[in-house]
Formats: sequence, C-alpha cells, structure tokens
Amino acid sequence: MNTFEYVRPATIAEAIAAASQPNSAYLAAGTNLLDLMKGGVTRPDLLVDVTHLPDLNQIETLPDGSARVGALVRNADLAHDRDFSRRYPAVAEALLSGASAQLRNAATVGGNLLQRTRCAYFYDVASACNKRQPGSGCDARGGDNRLHAVLGWSESCIATNPSDFCVPLAMLDAVVETEGRERRREIALEAFYRLPGHEPARESVLKPGELIIAVRLPAEAASFAANTRYLKVRERTSYAFAVVSAAVALRLDGDSIAEARIALGGVALKPWRARAAEGVLAGQRPGAALFRQAADAALADAKPSGENAFKIELACRVVARALGLAAAGTPNRLPALPASPFASAPGAPQHV
Amino acid sequence: MTFPIFLTINGVTHDLVLDDPRVTLLDLLRERLHLTGTKKGCDRGQCGACTVLVDGRRINSCLALAVSHHGADILTIEGVAHGDELHPVQAAFIAHDGFQCGFCTPGQIMSAIGLIREGQAGNDPERVREGMSGNLCRCGAYAGITEAVLDAQQVLSATDRKATA
Repeated sequence: MNTFEYVRPATIAEAIAAASQPNSAYLAAGTNLLDLMKGGVTRPDLLVDVTHLPDLNQIETLPDGSARVGALVRNADLAHDRDFSRRYPAVAEALLSGASAQLRNAATVGGNLLQRTRCAYFYDVASACNKRQPGSGCDARGGDNRLHAVLGWSESCIATNPSDFCVPLAMLDAVVETEGRERRREIALEAFYRLPGHEPARESVLKPGELIIAVRLPAEAASFAANTRYLKVRERTSYAFAVVSAAVALRLDGDSIAEARIALGGVALKPWRARAAEGVLAGQRPGAALFRQAADAALADAKPSGENAFKIELACRVVARALGLAAAGTPNRLPALPASPFASAPGAPQHV
Repeated sequence: MTFPIFLTINGVTHDLVLDDPRVTLLDLLRERLHLTGTKKGCDRGQCGACTVLVDGRRINSCLALAVSHHGADILTIEGVAHGDELHPVQAAFIAHDGFQCGFCTPGQIMSAIGLIREGQAGNDPERVREGMSGNLCRCGAYAGITEAVLDAQQVLSATDRKATA
C-alpha cells in the first residue's frame, strides 16, 4: 500500500473541501478501497474518512412516502430494517445475497454504489487495463472473459458492475442524493453510472469531491412489494459475485400485469434496466411463455464480448425464472439462501 | 504525522498513537498489541480468519483501518472466556470437533458469536451455514462448525432465559 495523508472531517462541507484535492478518495468502511490499495490498484494521496460524519446513517420515510437511506447505513442494517425490507423486499434480498455477513456489517450504502469492478485484469497491475491506466489497452479482450459484459461494453472495456444492491435500485427508479462544491444534486441511479465508451476510467457522473449523501426510493416503488424477487446465479452457493442476476417486480391487477419492472446485474458496467421487456409484460396475463418473451426482449441487444455467449441465454433464463418466482408471490421470510436458484419457494417451478 | 486514537479492546481502554495511517485493525492487534489470537489469513477480506467484533458486530479486521475506528469497542478471541471458563461457543467447538488445524478457529468463533447476536439464523442449519459463509476452513470442519454454532446458540439462549427469570 502506498503512503497517504489521512483526515477525519467533522462536517460534510469540510469533507467535500478536503476531497476536492487531486488524487483524494473518500473512505467509508474501506472493504473495497483497502483491498484495491493493498494490491496497488488505486493509490490515493489523501483519504478523507467520512465514517464519523453525523446524520448520514438514518433510514427514514419522508412525508411523501418515499424511503431515504443515508449513505453511511450499513448494508446489513438496511437489509434487516423491518419496515424497509417489508416495503422493498427485493432490495433486502439483493443485499443479503452479496458478500459475507462480516462485509455486510461494515459496507455502507454509498460505498456499495461506488465499488469497483472485479475484472481480474483491473486488479492485476501487470495487465493492460484502460480503466486503471487509460490508454494501456484491455487484456480482458481475448483473455479469460467468460464472466464479462454482454451489454453496453466497448472495445475499451468489457468489465461488469459487481453490485447486487444497485440492481433492484435501478429497477425501482432510485435517486442518488449528492453534495458537492457547487450544490446538492439528485441523480437517477440509472443515469449515475457511465457506460465505458472511450473513457472507462470515468465510472460515474460524480464530480471531484462530490459526496453521496443518501439514496431515495420513491413511494410508488413499494407498490410492487407483493410480487418482487432478486435472483442471482453465482459459481458457488454463497459469498460470490453474480454471473448474472435479475431484479424483477410485478404489480398485478386481477388476472393481468398492470406494471412490470426488470433490471439485470452482472451483464454490463452498470445495472441494466430492461424497459423494452417491461413493455412486453404490461397488460398481459402472467405465464411462462410471456416471461420468456420478455426475457428475450431484455437481452435483444446483447452480444458476447469474448467467450461469454452463454451469459446471454443464462440471463434470459434468469429473467424468466425470476418473473415466475415474483408472480408466485414474495415470500413472507427471505429464503435461507437469499436470491439463490437453489432456494425457491415451495411450489415454485424449478425450471422455466 | 501521527494519529492519536482511543480504543477499548476486550474491556481495557487504550490510548494509542499511530505513526502511520496504513495500519489495519488486524495489524494493530497482532503486531503492536501482541494479541495474536486474531489470525491473518488472506489479508484481503476473503477468508474471515481476522474476524473480530467492533461495537458488537463481526467484521473483517484486515479491511479496517485502525485510525478510522477511533472510539470503537473491540472484542477479540482473547476477550471471550471468563478466566478458565470457556465461552459457550468455544466449548461447543471442542465438543463438536469444529476444527482440525485450528488456524481459522478464532475467526470462526468470533463470527459465530456475532451470528448468534444478530439473531437471524434461528435453529436452521442452512441459515447458519449461509451466515458463516464468510469464514473458510481449509480442513473442511464445516459439519462440526455448524453443529457447534447451533448447540452454542441453545446454551446461550438457555443462559439468557435463566438470567431474565
């Protein structure tokens, strides 16, 4: 790890002023940042510790019914907040399917949003990586890339966003509240992340020194609570990143689907909202054939970035299966293995 | 530049001065305070051998900067027994052969204590296994570990019932 300066500001304004200096980084729990620093992947000159800032660790319901989650709320605390998990069960399921209990106890909401890709070539400082060192190339292209992106990738970068949490947030039209040198901003989560294009080193729309303050979920996002799931296929049962995941939600009106929401994880450098697929479902009667049709629409623009064509069919099946699980109803209690395809609710179809 | 911090470790208060902000909580415990019960396995948050409780919650001490934990209350494996009387989780690990080489065991035990405090697993072995998935055991003592956690949880809840009766 490189040497660095460390400051522990007492106010948000002090934090922003400090972090506006070049090559500085905010430190929250550090569960990703310290790992990156130990590997020499990131080498900040200054760490601005935000963990002692006041008022950023609350889970609130605002007068308009929306939920507001402070940036320093720990992942485990949010997932186990009874009221929040009742209103947004897919968010809780996604959180509990990520990392380990120890990491969830430490990791924060803001840090989860800003975690970096787990692309092995980004982590290996001997490899070419346009994200780590702009202009150096991309060794993932033509390398071991079976887990890389199938949507939204570019010749410069085929990495994926590793967050589970962000997938249901994108599905539910979450808004990121930030504070910077100029003013507070509210940014739709979908617009918060940038696709790689020619500048994969720029991952979000955050400006230097800009700090995530909170994440907000609109009140109407809770109208999906009865029929929503997060489903995550991974290469071991627990404590692994998604190969492909999907957050889905249905608002049923009698026999038909009034409104549907779908977002995918593990397929692109941002959580991938599938609006065309949502349109396929609206007004229709739920059923396996319809769900497959929607899944095909969700992946219509997908193309392999290497030896990962299997992820396209896998993602279709994950979306279709998640829709089947959601239609069967959100379980009263999360399964022992949250989001696992091996932990379906009794009676739910095992294969679609 | 130096960094003064205040920590409570196993009930004992420590006023410390760090000469380097890079010191992790794990290295502070092991290398500077000589509390070597907490183990360094991967040092990257993947194995769980370094698990300690911070303010009552289990975390990976290898991914925690000591300087950031100013004011925290830390419990390590050295602080769980009462004199010669083992903590119920320690006793259960022995009773159920929850280890072979023992390297991961302090982390397993601290993680189990954290899991029982969280109160999310109940008596469901699948939920215990899922809740303990952040602790690797390369000897593969997982079956005994799961039994030990379930058993210790029963002992602790019986003790709680007695204490509140």
